[in-house]
Amino acid sequence: MPLIEIKNLTKKFDDFTAVDSLSFEINEGEIFGLLGPNGAGKTTTLSMLATLLPPTGGDALINGFDVAKHPTQVRRSIGFVFQDPSSDDLLTGRENLYLHALMYGVKPAEIKKKIDEGLKLVDLTDKQNIRMRKYSGGMRRRLELARGFLHSPKILFLDEPTLGLDPQTRENLWVYIKKLSTENKITIILTTHYMEEADKLCDRIAIIDHGKVIALDTPGNFKKSLGGDLVTIKTKNPELDELKHMDYVKQVQFKDGLLNLTVIDAGLHLQKILEKVGKAENVELHSPTLHDVFIKLTGRQMREDSEEGEGGWMTRSVHSGNK
Amino acid sequence: MPKLNISSELKGLYAIWYREILVFTREPSRLVGAIIQPLLWLVIFGTGLGSIIEPGSVSGANYQQFLFPGILVMTVLFSSLFFGLYIILDKRIDFLKEVLVAPLNKSTMFFGKALGGSTDGLLQIIILMVLGAIFFGIHFNLLSVILTLVIVILLLIAVTSLGLAIGSIMDSPEGFGLISSFVIFPLFFLSGALFPVTKLPIWLKIIVTINPVSYSVDALRSVILGITSYGLLLDFTVMIAFALLMVIVGTWAFKRIKL
Repeated sequence: MPLIEIKNLTKKFDDFTAVDSLSFEINEGEIFGLLGPNGAGKTTTLSMLATLLPPTGGDALINGFDVAKHPTQVRRSIGFVFQDPSSDDLLTGRENLYLHALMYGVKPAEIKKKIDEGLKLVDLTDKQNIRMRKYSGGMRRRLELARGFLHSPKILFLDEPTLGLDPQTRENLWVYIKKLSTENKITIILTTHYMEEADKLCDRIAIIDHGKVIALDTPGNFKKSLGGDLVTIKTKNPELDELKHMDYVKQVQFKDGLLNLTVIDAGLHLQKILEKVGKAENVELHSPTLHDVFIKLTGRQMREDSEEGEGGWMTRSVHSGNK
Repeated sequence: MPKLNISSELKGLYAIWYREILVFTREPSRLVGAIIQPLLWLVIFGTGLGSIIEPGSVSGANYQQFLFPGILVMTVLFSSLFFGLYIILDKRIDFLKEVLVAPLNKSTMFFGKALGGSTDGLLQIIILMVLGAIFFGIHFNLLSVILTLVIVILLLIAVTSLGLAIGSIMDSPEGFGLISSFVIFPLFFLSGALFPVTKLPIWLKIIVTINPVSYSVDALRSVILGITSYGLLLDFTVMIAFALLMVIVGTWAFKRIKL
């Protein structure tokens, strides 16, 4: 029995369909990723699963409970780490964790132990009694991660967990998330628009765009599906027919002076390929990444450098001076 | 049917209430600011206006003493309604999301917040009562203290719920300010807090009689000063009905909160 079952989940805001009939399942123990650009519908989907937003159509069963019919039971089974900060600035890290423990009914005898363990996992033990107003963005995210699993939920939702953080903090967070999955055996669903993150962390990924699941598979299979390495050559007049007939060239695309080839063992065959290309201004060669998968599936690039999260309806925070 | 786990709801209620208390005590400016306004009214308005009002013309008390119950009510109105403002700020710093995703009934969340806000107001009232006894010649005995607190608590619950209801529906603090002017000021000025009801023209008398806050003012005056226009029984009936109605409205609005 899958832990999460989603059938035709839909969300419409007036005329705009943010989430369009999503259907998939998530198994216990997985780290499952929803990968897609800003505005794809990832945060909206997660919010529906967490009972923060009522679906317009479809069903979702979380740990056997229907999100529409038994929301309280669903919320008992999950933990949620939000994209935007959601802790109380005036309280210390430890106090935020303590309140969370109370609200989730953690047994009084276990509260202290769970808080200590959580703080230890995210390396905030020595900062626990400082008011959160003084925390950096990375520290805050780490504290909220510890808070999310404090009550040992079966499922943890992470909404863009490393958005806006520096590379070092991101790496650390990935380590913590992996630990949660392997050591604490929590099933994790995360949304992200960072390819590297999805590739590194997830057992399976659903690629989402415009509210629809375009493809669902393991990162490995996705990359294999490309059928080879990618070679990009900037050139004016390649001999396309010749290239197409080469055994090891699986795919040829030529547009606007850019030649995109999928080649098995590109490193080995590059010389022969270049002979058929003529004058090349630039050559790039790499093993397939998820980014390439995305381009193949949607025909466009996914901008990774954007710092803003998605979910405009939720991002109402005005960051006044006390952040 | 989902089971209602009373003990976990209570723990959650306590957590939400406790957070309000922690936040309140960490912003002492809130408490100080909340006390200054009523004190200023009592001292300046009470002394100033009291100097032109003939002693004895306000039903046998001096004007400052006559004003005192109204000042308590004003404190409740301001502190409780503005408490609702903090819900909007909560939405903005998004702490509310953390509460909404917890496995608690929306009603529990509402009561936790309402009780938290009421406790803040109660603290202010107690300080005012002490100051009133020391500096303004207000006499309290055990019975009147208990009754005063009961009356104040009923009003606190009613107005905090109203404030939370407004805060749940509004989106920005600016819009909230507008509503407050249209709600707090009429409630206060048309409640008999500043002047006795008996000598008013008919149209004003009617408005004051419809205003539920008038009955809290009257009840407090009855208990503290021994003066009453409506009688304690009617006062308590109205106060309890008002509190119940506002709690229902507040819970309804809170369940519809939009992030």
